[in-house]
Amino acid sequence: MSHTWDFATIIQNWYVLWIGLKGTVFIFLVTVILGLSGGLIIGICRYAPSRALSWPAMAFVEVFRNTPVLVQIIWFYYAFPILTGIDVDPFLAAVLGISLNTMAFSAEIYRAGIQSIEPGQWEAGKAIGMTYNQSLRRVILPVAIKRVLPALTNRGIEVFKMSTLASVVAYVETLNQANLLADLNFNPIEAYTAVAVIFFVVLYPVVQGTYVLERVLKKGD
Amino acid sequence: MDEIVRIDGLHKSFGNLDVLKGIGMSVKAGETVVLLGSSGSGKSTLLRCVNFMEVPTQGQVFLHGDLVGSETNGKMSYRESELCSLRTRIGMVFQHFNLFPHMTVEQNVMEGQITVLKRTRTEARSKALAQLERVGLGDKAQEYPARLSGGQKQRVAIARALAMDPDVMLFDEVTSALDPELVGEVLKTMRQLADEGMTMLVVTHELGFAYHVANRVLFLDGGVILEEGEPQHILKNPKTTRMREFLDGHSLFKLPD
Repeated sequence: MSHTWDFATIIQNWYVLWIGLKGTVFIFLVTVILGLSGGLIIGICRYAPSRALSWPAMAFVEVFRNTPVLVQIIWFYYAFPILTGIDVDPFLAAVLGISLNTMAFSAEIYRAGIQSIEPGQWEAGKAIGMTYNQSLRRVILPVAIKRVLPALTNRGIEVFKMSTLASVVAYVETLNQANLLADLNFNPIEAYTAVAVIFFVVLYPVVQGTYVLERVLKKGD
Repeated sequence: MDEIVRIDGLHKSFGNLDVLKGIGMSVKAGETVVLLGSSGSGKSTLLRCVNFMEVPTQGQVFLHGDLVGSETNGKMSYRESELCSLRTRIGMVFQHFNLFPHMTVEQNVMEGQITVLKRTRTEARSKALAQLERVGLGDKAQEYPARLSGGQKQRVAIARALAMDPDVMLFDEVTSALDPELVGEVLKTMRQLADEGMTMLVVTHELGFAYHVANRVLFLDGGVILEEGEPQHILKNPKTTRMREFLDGHSLFKLPD
C-alpha cells in the first residue's frame, strides 16, 4: 500500500479549518471555564462536613465521571429535548456534555487538593476565630489550588481535545470542518492529519506556558 | 483577683476513651499556669477544650465569669458563631506552628485582624509590626515562613495570636518540635509575655520554665488533676508517687539548690 500525500486542497481551503478552529477555541473557553469553576464548587461540596452537600455532590461526580462524554453529548442532543420539551442546539449539547464531565473530574482534583492540606492549617484558622468558610477561602484553597495546578492544566488540555466530540452533533469546530473537507475532496487522510497538526501546534506552546506558570507560582513558596 | 478562665466538672471522651474525667480549674488575670503530665494524661485535650478546638463532652467553661454556650436540662449546646467569637478572645499557639505558608510573616499576623476582627489594613499592619517587634522579629515582616527557623516560626505564631488582643494565651507544647538550641528563644519570648502580665495557660515539658515562670503548676494524670500548687513547692516536694516518678523521668532537669 502506498499513499501519495496531497495537502493542496487542504491548504487551498484553509479558511474552512480556520472557521473550525475558531469554533474549537470558543467551545473550549466556555467549557473549561464552566467546568473548572463548577468543579471547584462541587469539589468543595464533596468535601463539606454536611451530608446534605456532600452526598449530592458525590452522586453528581459518580454519574458524570462514569459515563462517556460522547454519550452524554448525544443524550443531551437527542434524548433531553424529547424528555423535557426544551430545545437543545448542537453547541448547548456539547457544552453540557463536556463541561459537566469536566466539573466531575476537576471536583475530584480540588477535593484531593483540599484533603492534602495539613489539619493544622484548619486549626490555625479556627484558633484565630475564623469560620469554616473563612478558613476555606483564605487559608486552605489558595494553597490547595496551587498544589493541584498541574492536574488542573492537564484537565484543561484534555478539555481542548475533548471539544472534537462536539462534531458528533455537527457543531462547527475543527474536526467537523475537516469532515466536510474530506467529503468534498475525498482526502480523509490529509484532512484528519491536518486536524492533528493543528491541535498539536495550538496546544504545545500553551502547555509550555503552563510549565512557566507553575515555576513562577512555585517561587512564592 | 479576676478569673479569666474557669472550668467546672469537665469531661471529654473520644468514643469509648475517657480522656478527661472531671476537671475543675481556673486561671486568674496575669497568671501563668503550667499543665504538666506524661503523654496521654489529657493535658493537651484540656487546653483544647478551653477554646473549644475540642468540644467538652460534659462540664462548663467560663470566660470572664460568663458561661460559654447554653444549658438546657443539664446538656450544654454551643453555637458555632459563639465559639468563633470566643476564639478571637483566646490566643492559641501550636506545637507545629501552623503558619500560613502562602502569606508573608506580616500577612500571617494581619490575617485574623482583617478577616475576623474587620480591622482596616493600615490598622492591622501597624498592629502586626508592633507584635512582631514584641517577639523580636520586626525585620522578618516581609519573609515567607519557609525561610524562617523553627524558633522564628514559633515566635511569628505567637505574634499572630497576640495581634488579636486575646484575654488569655494557650500554649500547646510549643517547644516540642524545635531543635534544642532554638527552644531558648521561644521560652524567653513566653517569659517576657508572662512578665508583661499576659494571662497564660501552658502545656509544656520544660520543667525549668514551669519552675521559674509559672505562678501555679497543675499535674494531670489519667484525666484528673492529681496535684496543684506553686512550682517551688510541688516540683520539689510532690505529694504523690506518680508525680515523683514523672519528675524523676525528666533527668535533664536539675532543681536549683
